[in-house]
This record gives sequence, C-alpha cells and structure tokens, in this order.
Amino acid sequence: MLPFILRRILIAIPTLLLVSVFVFMLQKLLPGDPVLVLAGEERDPEVLAYLRAQYRLDDPLIVQYLNWLGNVLRGDLGMSLRTRQPVTALIAEKLPVTFQLAVMAMLFAIVIGIPMGILSAVKKGTWLDYIANIIALSGLSIPNFWLGILLILLVSVNLGWLPASGYEPFWSDPVRSLQTMIMPAFVLGTALAATLMRHTRSSMLGVLQSDYVRTARAKGLRERVVVMKHAFRNGVLPIVTLSALLFGELLAGAVLTEQIFSIPGFGKLIVDAVFNRDYAVVQGVVLCTAVAFIAMNLLADVLYALLNPRMRMTS
Amino acid sequence: MTDIILEARDLHRRFVTGGGLLQRATTIHAVGGVSLRIRRGETFAIVGESGCGKSTLARLLLRLIEPSSGSVHYDGRDLTALPPRDMRALRAQMQFIFQDPFSSLNPRMTVDRIVGEPLRLHLGLSGAALRARVAGLLTRVGLRPEHADRYPHEFSGGQRQRICIARALASGPKLLVGDEPVSALDVSVQAQIVNLLEDLKADLGLTLVVIAHDLAVIRHMADRVAVMYLGEIVEMAATEDLFTAPRHPYTRALLRAIPIPAPGGRMSGPAPGGRMADAGGAEPAGAVLGGDIPSPAAPPPGCRFHTRCAHATALCATTPPPLAEVTPGTQVACHHWAALPPAADAALRVPARSPAAEARFALYRAASERSRTTTHRETAP
Repeated sequence: MLPFILRRILIAIPTLLLVSVFVFMLQKLLPGDPVLVLAGEERDPEVLAYLRAQYRLDDPLIVQYLNWLGNVLRGDLGMSLRTRQPVTALIAEKLPVTFQLAVMAMLFAIVIGIPMGILSAVKKGTWLDYIANIIALSGLSIPNFWLGILLILLVSVNLGWLPASGYEPFWSDPVRSLQTMIMPAFVLGTALAATLMRHTRSSMLGVLQSDYVRTARAKGLRERVVVMKHAFRNGVLPIVTLSALLFGELLAGAVLTEQIFSIPGFGKLIVDAVFNRDYAVVQGVVLCTAVAFIAMNLLADVLYALLNPRMRMTS
Repeated sequence: MTDIILEARDLHRRFVTGGGLLQRATTIHAVGGVSLRIRRGETFAIVGESGCGKSTLARLLLRLIEPSSGSVHYDGRDLTALPPRDMRALRAQMQFIFQDPFSSLNPRMTVDRIVGEPLRLHLGLSGAALRARVAGLLTRVGLRPEHADRYPHEFSGGQRQRICIARALASGPKLLVGDEPVSALDVSVQAQIVNLLEDLKADLGLTLVVIAHDLAVIRHMADRVAVMYLGEIVEMAATEDLFTAPRHPYTRALLRAIPIPAPGGRMSGPAPGGRMADAGGAEPAGAVLGGDIPSPAAPPPGCRFHTRCAHATALCATTPPPLAEVTPGTQVACHHWAALPPAADAALRVPARSPAAEARFALYRAASERSRTTTHRETAP
C-alpha cells in the first residue's frame, strides 16, 4: 500500500510544477501593469523604473519564475501589492473559513444525497424514486445565489432564527460559528447532494443487478443486509472518488455564496485580488487551490485502493 | 409412492419489456405452465436451447423470482405462500449454484466471509468454530484452508466455482440447484466440477437439479431429464430412456445435433445448406431442424414446436398437445408421438472403428498402460 501512495505522490510532483508554470505565466499574460497600480497617481518614469527594479520585474522571465518558485518552496508567496501583508498570512487567515464551509457543505451533501440515491435505486420506478429525482433535478437547476437570498429572507428576515450574514471563527464561538455557517453550507450542499444522489442511484442500480447480490439473496439474507452490506459497499466506490473531487472543488471557494452571506473566505479573497490586480495574491490563491485539488485527487485514489481489494493486488 | 422433495404445479412466469412513450410493451412468456416432481436423492436435469426458459424455471423453483401463477412445494410446503421470514430461514435447505463464478462472488468479501456468512446466518456460528467450519468446507471442495483470507479475484474460474459450491454447502442444504454450473468453465475444469458435485451428492445425500445445454454432461450426471422448448416441457423421462428412445421430435433433433468424437463420426455444427447433419438415416424427413427458435414474445399457437417440426399437421397448428404419460416414467407432449417412425438411435451409437483405427487404439492403450506402471515404480520408496 505504501509504495502505491508514494508513487502517486511522485506522479503529483510534475503536475504541481506544470501548475506553477501556468500560474506564473497566466498573470504575465493578463492585461494591466502592476507597477501602474502600485504607483497610483504617480506617472514619473523614474519612479516607475525604481518600482520595477525593486520588484525585479525587469529580469528575464525564466529568472523571475525561478525566483518566484524558490520563494514559494520556502513558503514565501510574496507580499500583497495592495495591503502589504504576506500572501501566506492572507491565505492562512481565509483557508480555515473556506475549509469549514466546505466540510459542512459536504456533510449536507452526503447526508442528503447518498441515502436518497440508495432509496431511489432500491425503489426504482416507484413514486419515491420520482420524488427523489425531482428533488435532485431542482437541486441541480436552482441557482445557489437565488436559493441563498430566499433562505435569508425566510429564515433570517421573516423568522429571525439565524443571522443573515457574517462569520465567526469556530474556535472562538462554536455555536455562533455554526449558526452563521449553516445556511451557506446548506445552499452549497444541496447542489452537491443532487450530484451525489444521481451518481449513487446509477451506481447502486448497476450493483443491485449484479450476480453477487443475487447470490446474497439466495443465501437467505434480509433485504436490508443485501442492500447495505453486499450492494452498497460495492456501489459506494465511485461515490467516494466523486466526493473527494467535489470536496476539492469546494476548497476553491464558492464565490457567489460567500458574497451573498458575506463570508470572508477564499472566493472573496480571489475576486478582490483579481479586481485589484493583486498578482501575488492571485498566484498564491490559485496555486493553493490547485494543490488542494491535486491532494484531493490523491486522496480519492488512495481511498479507492483501500476500499477495493482488486486495486490492492494490481498496485 | 416415491418421496417428492420439490414439486412445481403449473408454473407460469411472464416478463414485460419495453413500454415507453412510443413503444408498446411486449410480454414474454418465459415459463408457460410447467409441472414437475423432483424425487429426493435424484439428479434431475433440465435441458433446452438458449432462451427456452430453463434458467427462469430454475429461479422459480427456489423462489429467487416470483411466479406469475402456479406454485412450488418443498417437502409439502407451498414456497410461494411462505412469508419472507420463513422463506429466508428455509433457504438454508435449498441452495443455488450460479452459472458465472466470476460475477456471482462479492469482490469486496474474502472467501472466509463469503463462505462464513450462511454459517453465521443459519447456524449462528462465530469465532473459532466458524473458522474451523469454513476450513472444513474449503477442504471438502478441494481448496486449501489458507485460501480463506483471499479475495475472489485471486482465484481461477474452477477455483471460484469451488468457492461457490462451498458457499452453497455451508448452510447444510438438502437440495442444490445448479444453473449451468460448469458451462462458464474450461472443458478440463468442467469434468472436475462435475465429479465434485457427484461426490458431494453421494456423500451428503443431496438432491441435485442441474440446468444445462451440454447433453454429454447431462447423460453423465442425471437420473431423469426434462427437455424444454419455448417455456414448456416437451418430454420428461429417465436419462437412459430419453437418450436411447427419444419420443418427441424436438428431443430427437437435439440428440441428433450432438457431435460424435470418433473417427468417421459426425462433425459438429450444421452441414452445408443450414441443415443439421444427419447420420442416422432412419428418418430422412424428420431429420432436419431448420429455422430459428420463434420469439417467446409471440409463440406460435397450438404446439409451440410445429413451426419447425417435420411431422406437424393441421392439428398441431391449432391445438397444444398435453404432456401425457406414454409409458411409466416417460411423459411426452406431442400429438403424433405414437405414429412417428422409430427413433434414429443410431444418433447416439458410436460408429464401428475401422481395423486400422482399432490397431492404433490398441497401441495407445498398451503405451499408456506401460507408462502408468513405470510411474508407479518410480514413486515407490
């Protein structure tokens, strides 16, 4: 098992390098000159040249890249051109927020989506199946921002049960933190629940048709044991992979949802950075997101191998 | 009065397929009115072409699927009327061996858990007693106890079928139904599994029901045979009677299609012109089984075989023949069985060998005899 994980990590390294090149080049290709942003009203060529030299923007591209990469490897993602804070500190500040939101949204998605998928597969063709599919289709087609606004109107404004917006770190006040996060997590979670439900349903339908499920029935097992022990344990394999990938996407931040609920997470950070041409921050956030996504991919692979005895042999 | 372990009474099973917005649903009558009695301790075979409903019948017999109408009685109890809880408990006594040993084992369970599950469920075993019983079962089917910790994908097809058999034996069944238990296996492995099943039957006093299309296997294993065509039984007889004196035209055609593995014997497969080869010569007109099996969605009226039968008359096209006892122990569903010419039992007679071939066989026998004695001497201490 360990060699398999190590090999997967080794394969991830070239991918990460490629991402770093891409991130670096992308911001060079973007229109707009960061020096002009820095200088503000100042248009004196000497000042501009001084700034350019200070940030080493006159070096050849490859040198700039290697400098940048060296710094990144040392954990230095540079300074925000706008706020003069280290990018690492900014990310460290926002990441827990997005992480908490992602974990809660994922919990909602799993708790709603997987049981609904199993149920609609087992009860295929009945009204339960149709209702589950209608719910899933609604979850996929209702835009997050719209659902978010409606929820704020209903739960916060009319009923006054939960705060409409804001953020509280989990460590300082867990109850308040959960109260502020539960609505945005639910909004994000419903769309994911629909995806999970559809995939669980089709995976379970395939497995329930399989010969070994028939064998399990012939043994004289209860239908519940047949479904949960024999069918679901096999049907859940692709769902585990899918969940890990969906979680990776969540870590990139949910721009609209964070905006509506005024949550100071990754999504807000990256939007602000792009509008301000705060390149160091954009680079840092994109790199961080890519690493998170690759890590989730790795996790999905490892989980799949752990759960699937056939993979263990071939690895 | 013989001891009947399993009885089917007028079993029907229809499947509805299609039936979308623009398509009309079609009903397939997979099993149409099958009645049979299986005696305790016998090996009963059900044969027929692909799609004749024999697998559906096997599943109906153990209530793995529900019949559309009719009933199945096990030891006098009506299975179709049993509540689910009692049915689950009764499954300990009746087990199924599936055709495909590759897909019928759960890939995420070790052999230990696959074979152990029925022991846990029906006998309440656990811990060391369970391990010991699993090891015993694995040894019984020709595997090693240490195989218990492996997963199904680590075994070959024959070994997997042995696992399936061990699993089926775990709950101590009295009745074993095998749906083509060897047809997914290599020919050399088939013989091993057939022998294993026969040994188990003798040692454990099992009743076997075997579904097959391989007539050689049937003749070797079975005491009685039922021949199915389009969801109905057309002939049921003791194995030797059926093979030496087949009465139904369909049975005769099936037997005639067996390739004979002997010099000068019949080649396998249809002869040029799309007709099945005929070596018997006793029934020139009735020797041919042309055409395809009709769709079970629209079976022909009257006798279902009349579209392909050389002896069919106007009566056959309108009136279905009943399955009637023609001699003790033999039942045939044909209007004209008595009027048919004697069966071309040459179909199964091995043609005499030429003197040259006989000489070669004698040489071979002598050589293999010699090599056997040599090996014996070498292995002796």
